[in-house]
Amino acid sequence: MSPNGRITPSTLSIKDLPWQIYWDRQRCTLCGRCTAVCPVNAIELGVYRQRLVETSIGLNEAPSSVHKVYYGIRQKTDPAYACVGCAMCSLVCPNDCIIPYRTDEADKLRFHINQGGQPRRRGGRRNVPGGILDQIKFIRISMLTDPALDAGRHEFELRTLLGRVLPPEESLRLLKHSGWMPPVREIYPLIIGAMSFGAISPTMWEGLQMGVAYLNEELGMPVRISTGEGGCPPRLLRSRFIKYVILQIASGYFGWDEIIHAIPEMKEDPCAVEIKYGQGAKPGDGGLLMWHKVNKLIAAIRGVPAGVSLPSPPTHQTKYSIEESVAKMIQSMYMAWGFRVPVYPKISGTSTALAVLNNLTRNPYAAALAIDGEDGGTGAAYNVSMNHMGHPIASNIRDCYLNLVKLGKQNEIPLFAAGGVGKQGNLAANAAALIMLGASGVQIGKYIMQAAAGCLGSESDRCNICNIGLCPKGITSQDPRLYRRLDPKKVAERVVDVFLSFDTELKKIVAPLGRSTSLPIGMSDAIGINDKAAAERLEIKYVV
Amino acid sequence: MCRLLAVTSKEPQSPMLAMQALDVMREGHDGSGVGLFLSDLAGPFQELNGAPILSGIFTNAGMKRLDEFMMEVGFLTKYKLSIKVGKSPPKGTPRRDMYLIQAYEYPQTWEELSENEVHHRLMLIRLQLRQMGNEKEDMIVFSFWPDVIMIKEIGDPLTVAEYLHLDRDELRARVMLVQGRQNTNYEINLYACHPFFIQGVATMTNGENTAFVPIREFLMSRGFPGYIGYQSDSEVFTHILHFMLTRLGLGIEAYKHVITPLTNEDLERHPNGPFLKHLKHSCRRLIIDGPNCVMGCLPDKTLFMVQDRKKLRPGVVGGKLGLYAICSEMCGLDAVIPDRDRTKDFQPMYLDTAFIRPARKELSICRQTEELPLPH
Repeated sequence: MSPNGRITPSTLSIKDLPWQIYWDRQRCTLCGRCTAVCPVNAIELGVYRQRLVETSIGLNEAPSSVHKVYYGIRQKTDPAYACVGCAMCSLVCPNDCIIPYRTDEADKLRFHINQGGQPRRRGGRRNVPGGILDQIKFIRISMLTDPALDAGRHEFELRTLLGRVLPPEESLRLLKHSGWMPPVREIYPLIIGAMSFGAISPTMWEGLQMGVAYLNEELGMPVRISTGEGGCPPRLLRSRFIKYVILQIASGYFGWDEIIHAIPEMKEDPCAVEIKYGQGAKPGDGGLLMWHKVNKLIAAIRGVPAGVSLPSPPTHQTKYSIEESVAKMIQSMYMAWGFRVPVYPKISGTSTALAVLNNLTRNPYAAALAIDGEDGGTGAAYNVSMNHMGHPIASNIRDCYLNLVKLGKQNEIPLFAAGGVGKQGNLAANAAALIMLGASGVQIGKYIMQAAAGCLGSESDRCNICNIGLCPKGITSQDPRLYRRLDPKKVAERVVDVFLSFDTELKKIVAPLGRSTSLPIGMSDAIGINDKAAAERLEIKYVV
Repeated sequence: MCRLLAVTSKEPQSPMLAMQALDVMREGHDGSGVGLFLSDLAGPFQELNGAPILSGIFTNAGMKRLDEFMMEVGFLTKYKLSIKVGKSPPKGTPRRDMYLIQAYEYPQTWEELSENEVHHRLMLIRLQLRQMGNEKEDMIVFSFWPDVIMIKEIGDPLTVAEYLHLDRDELRARVMLVQGRQNTNYEINLYACHPFFIQGVATMTNGENTAFVPIREFLMSRGFPGYIGYQSDSEVFTHILHFMLTRLGLGIEAYKHVITPLTNEDLERHPNGPFLKHLKHSCRRLIIDGPNCVMGCLPDKTLFMVQDRKKLRPGVVGGKLGLYAICSEMCGLDAVIPDRDRTKDFQPMYLDTAFIRPARKELSICRQTEELPLPH
């Protein structure tokens, strides 16, 4: 800034930004890769003026100073171009001369990221690291009274049920009289949660689907994946692989025209239908696919015009009460597949979850309840929704489970937990903790993006630009120049890696607890926590 | 690990036979307690024509309260065996006022009741007495059922048996379950001692039940008043069996399909595959995870033994025509039936249910992979 330059309220210096780019002039080759790759154009070619002292050899000429010009990288300070910390520049730099660093204090950008009165919108996750799940320990170790099992050699049956499980008496009575029984799927307890075709790129989708198909067909692991609210590619709908897919219907009904028309041509039934009433990242808010990502393909699958933002309403417009939602919508979705496909609602974690659950218990068709806690991630949402709205999953799932126990319906309506599972990388430990609190299974989204595709996002606000289609890894972009970076086969390989290692870790948790023949749902005597209030709240042991 | 023995004999036997066998297996239990279940009774208790027998431990005050209570309900004493003991009990055994085994005439008002209703009321009376006893700590009630006597006490099995003079003629029976306790709790609660009993079903178990909490939650939420207690994680085995027999109408052959269902691969090959898959799904909350060996007696006096899916506990069954025994250890079996054909001894593995029907003619083995006899 020149001495007589003007400053505006939003004039920021590099110091005010959340990420500061360190660049080493000595090692830079000026190749330009970093500026080319930066998804938000935070850096540009910089022309710097420099004063140098030149001394000649000998005594004839006095030393003097000269002004010279050199070239390098300049970080922009305009809030619209602030560095997001993705560090793609470091990834592509041949000489390792550039890297973004997190500022050493709270940034000032956060006060200016609402230019034009538009609050910040972003993708990613709640920017709060840590959580209660990582504090839960598995304390009931089988010692001399009962032998611990061998995780490597024992026979394990770690499957779960998705579907309305009838009480034993009722089940046998209906079986005897050949009555209709709700369809039940036996699936792997770790589900790839809803990430829509549109929110994530075609290569990412293909990779996930390939990975899931491989796990099912080659490794015999009944892993399931939810489509999210964006429809399903026509070829997949008509393939045998649709049985590994949970079709999601949400308030925008995107893609359902295509799905309904495909029903007569479907070779297999889908695994289930998930009715999305809410999600953890933006509770009480509808889905949002910003116009950047609505290209021709996405528009065609969703049945909408290209290039327009697609906000789904916060609620299903045809429903005005829970009775409507639960009774009519669940039943009509059942009807679509001749009552052969389980249909269940997914809601945001909320203090009203018990009311929803109690309604479901009285509806014989409700196949499950999925709850997405406050740590759920998303492709796009308002920052305030993501950071401040929602209910933590642990107590929500525990309350629901204990409520079912009171009603004697535990596991008859399986509960699926999501939102922050594996947030700190401890996927199996978090999943097992939730299962022992009462979940029948868990759903993951962000974890699979990080582990299977190398998503750069973190809880300290790194990257988080999934919403504008500029994902530098090509995971959440619809721009072929970006998503070509992602090899679907490699994604599939990583999906398989994730599930295999999860399976081993889960066995390493349940085997020492003496469990192998069934998933230890609600085995709350096995867990403890070093936090008295949390222990009381979750009705588990307090251990120090 | 506790030691267990179940005997079924055509000729009435003294409980001392079982106690001596427990003593042979002394290395396997710490002498911290003994539990005894007698059925198919001989002697005076055989002549009772289905009159219910109350078994328990009472203080003098408790006896008084019991008599008042039973009078009020309309029960009249038909036969009474009260075991009064000396002033100095063996080491570790508490001093009790009275061990009571008392048979009652049904109240007149019960005559018109259905069998199910009578059974239900008998159980409720037992629960009510237990509740009364808990309040004033003056009674401990083990069973109230026709043709069933139960005695439990803290201490070394053989010493306690001698102290209580269990060799008396009145106590001979054709079916016996007995447990020698290995204590894993500091304080011994007699309600935590095996065998457990509910409406004619008795079982006792070896080992820890790692799936105890979810199973207990399931049973307690059935709305059935008898599914309470659970001072021991093994009590759920009795209640699961009772649930299966009474609520699901299935036979003992299905017990393992409830507590340790087959893998999906096995179910696909099974003649009753679809049925068993439904059973597995709807009874998923009753799946045990071992390590457990369960022995028990059904209402029709069939004795049985099953192992958990991993078969991590010992158990052997053997015998001869008219006399069979199921036991934790071979040496216990030898003590009861030394002259049997040992080559016919059988150690059930993870798929087997071994049982001896009341005729005591043979040992039957039902493998889980075999076709299931289903009710029509």
